[in-house]
Amino acid sequence: MGDHHHGPAKGLMRWITTTNHKDIGTLYLWFSFAMFILGGSFAMIIRAELFQPGMQLVDPGFFNQMTTMHGLVMVFGAIMPSFVGLANWLIPMMIGAPDMALPRMNNFSFWILPFAFTVLASSLFMEGGAPNFGWTFYAPLSTTYAPPSVTYFIFGVHLMGLSSIMGSINIIATVTNLRAPGMSYMKMPLFVWTWLITAFLLIAVMPVLAGLVTMMLMDIHFGTSFFSAAGGGDPVLFQHIFWFFGHPEVYIIILPAFGVISQIIPTFSRKRLFGYDSMVYATSSIAFLSFIVWAHHMYTVGMPIAGELFFMYATMLIAVPTGVKVFNWVTTMWRGSMTFETPMLFAIGFVVLFTVGGFTGLMLSIAPSDFQYHDSYFVVAHFHYVMVAGAVFSMSAAVYYWLPKWCGKMYNETMGKAQFWISFLSFNVAFFPQHFVGLAGMPRRIPDYALQFTDFNMMSSVGAFIYGASQIMFLFIVIRTIVAGKPVSDPKVWEGAEGLEWEVATPAPYHTFTTPPDVK
Amino acid sequence: MIKLSDNKNVNTAIKLSVVVVAMFAFVFVVMVPLYDVLCDALGINGKTSGERYQAVEIKVDKSRNIDIQFMASNNAGMPWEFSPSQSVVRVNPGAVNNTMFYAKNPLAKNMVAQAIPSVSPARAAEYFHKTECFCFNQQPLDGGEEVNMALQFIVDQDLPKDIKTITLSYTLFDVTDMVANNPVVVR
Repeated sequence: MGDHHHGPAKGLMRWITTTNHKDIGTLYLWFSFAMFILGGSFAMIIRAELFQPGMQLVDPGFFNQMTTMHGLVMVFGAIMPSFVGLANWLIPMMIGAPDMALPRMNNFSFWILPFAFTVLASSLFMEGGAPNFGWTFYAPLSTTYAPPSVTYFIFGVHLMGLSSIMGSINIIATVTNLRAPGMSYMKMPLFVWTWLITAFLLIAVMPVLAGLVTMMLMDIHFGTSFFSAAGGGDPVLFQHIFWFFGHPEVYIIILPAFGVISQIIPTFSRKRLFGYDSMVYATSSIAFLSFIVWAHHMYTVGMPIAGELFFMYATMLIAVPTGVKVFNWVTTMWRGSMTFETPMLFAIGFVVLFTVGGFTGLMLSIAPSDFQYHDSYFVVAHFHYVMVAGAVFSMSAAVYYWLPKWCGKMYNETMGKAQFWISFLSFNVAFFPQHFVGLAGMPRRIPDYALQFTDFNMMSSVGAFIYGASQIMFLFIVIRTIVAGKPVSDPKVWEGAEGLEWEVATPAPYHTFTTPPDVK
Repeated sequence: MIKLSDNKNVNTAIKLSVVVVAMFAFVFVVMVPLYDVLCDALGINGKTSGERYQAVEIKVDKSRNIDIQFMASNNAGMPWEFSPSQSVVRVNPGAVNNTMFYAKNPLAKNMVAQAIPSVSPARAAEYFHKTECFCFNQQPLDGGEEVNMALQFIVDQDLPKDIKTITLSYTLFDVTDMVANNPVVVR
């Protein structure tokens, strides 16, 4: 084997000029973690202000900037790039490809991101402050009434959209063209499948987001009236276009997480994944349905009854393929020789808490009752159960699971388990009470609240602070593993692990599968 | 398969880029016009047609009365006085009716306003026809000037029987800056 290729270059230029999928994956992962800490610190400010009723720490305008920036940074800066990082590291290794299909574009799509988020975050220091219109940036809040920094926000969204689109094109090209001989589509690991479908979703809807912010730009600077009623436009149009992007976007966030969980649960159950084919079809159906349910985010906007009913039934339909997935995971565990290492704990935590988020989602899908829940803390609780206990838990599971393969060192199992239990418990302390205050009528995105919500908000804040600390602990565990972890050399790392990435040496060499493997 | 490049990866990337460009264009050339068409056709959001209604064969339906309520409100920051001359009129479907809206610019500066109509219940929007309306055009008023603006409308004979009251609401927008920056006539 000609494995005496040049190794990585030395120094900073290695990271700037790299076209190696593993290097770029690493860059994505560290960048997304930095954004996770940034977005998390915004959340800490929000929770500190909400610890007590009344205005304590920040003024309401800054509070609005915090809720907006927290959402934007977490969705576009933390969760999405973290899964792109995983895809870069794992997809070539899982399908037996030497690298991503378009390595230079891969480098470009990563290095756009630091600039995009510098542009976005710099708005915090501008006159008039950062965007303060919520991460959904509804017009006319984001057009007529927006702070001047909105133009930087638009430019930042354009850049991150460009990055996502190029990343997706790369993933589709890799999966369609570079599979090892014998690796048919229906033999691909489920993580590759979910990412392939996610990449198609991204290609379909990121241009819609780009079009939407372009319209805002034109309304603000070039005198058009897409969203201004005075000029014949309609602010409701904004919401339709936003959610036509926004609903597929939530599946863009969660589908790769489904893929991760579908890799981890079989490993620690020592069984094959139950219902592989149905998982593939369920993922595809979720992707299709995501395009026809967008208006369930806007039941209260004033739609004809037929529209409300259509979007309500279509939304409920999504519970079917999602239920197929949950039952498949549970059935995979059924009578398996299960062990509970940290990745498995996070995976099971994911299944349990994501299901809770799924049920509250079903409650929200019911149009007549949504009129009560709309824009309340119940919604906040719902989407944190699917975003944090969904996407972030699966990301933690993925890091614990593949970190030994990446760096050849094993994390400390006791610390990993402790980190799981602390984040699992504190997450629930933080977000479960939000269901109650929401149902009792506390609106979202509000810096002050009525006295009767105080106890639950205090609980929520305490939980959030502990959860935030548990993520610093996660960072510590990862760094400690890389610096001083116990070396592992077994290619499989985990007894029950299956797949091509576990057949290369541990730690994974800089170049893998320069000659394609033989897939049986 | 169409082959655009010798490198199959570049080939895939070019095809996918076409999808990206198509989706970007889709927002502007399909979603926006389609939304307007759907709203006009279905009366969603209580949008009434911005076009002058061409009266068809008129048959006045004397058997039922419909109450038309008028509302006038200012968009945020609009200082004009704006009110209907009658708050409610009782009409027969098919009959041609006339009413007036009063507007006054109390400021010393010249301004231009645009009224945007909305009909409630939304189901009634497609049966509410305006043959003449001040909302078809922008309304300029010099400082201190006042005007009575005409509205002529017909309620369609085919209005569903269960609708007995229709509310027509106008919101007045200040478009002075918009007109100054962009002299294209907006609806």
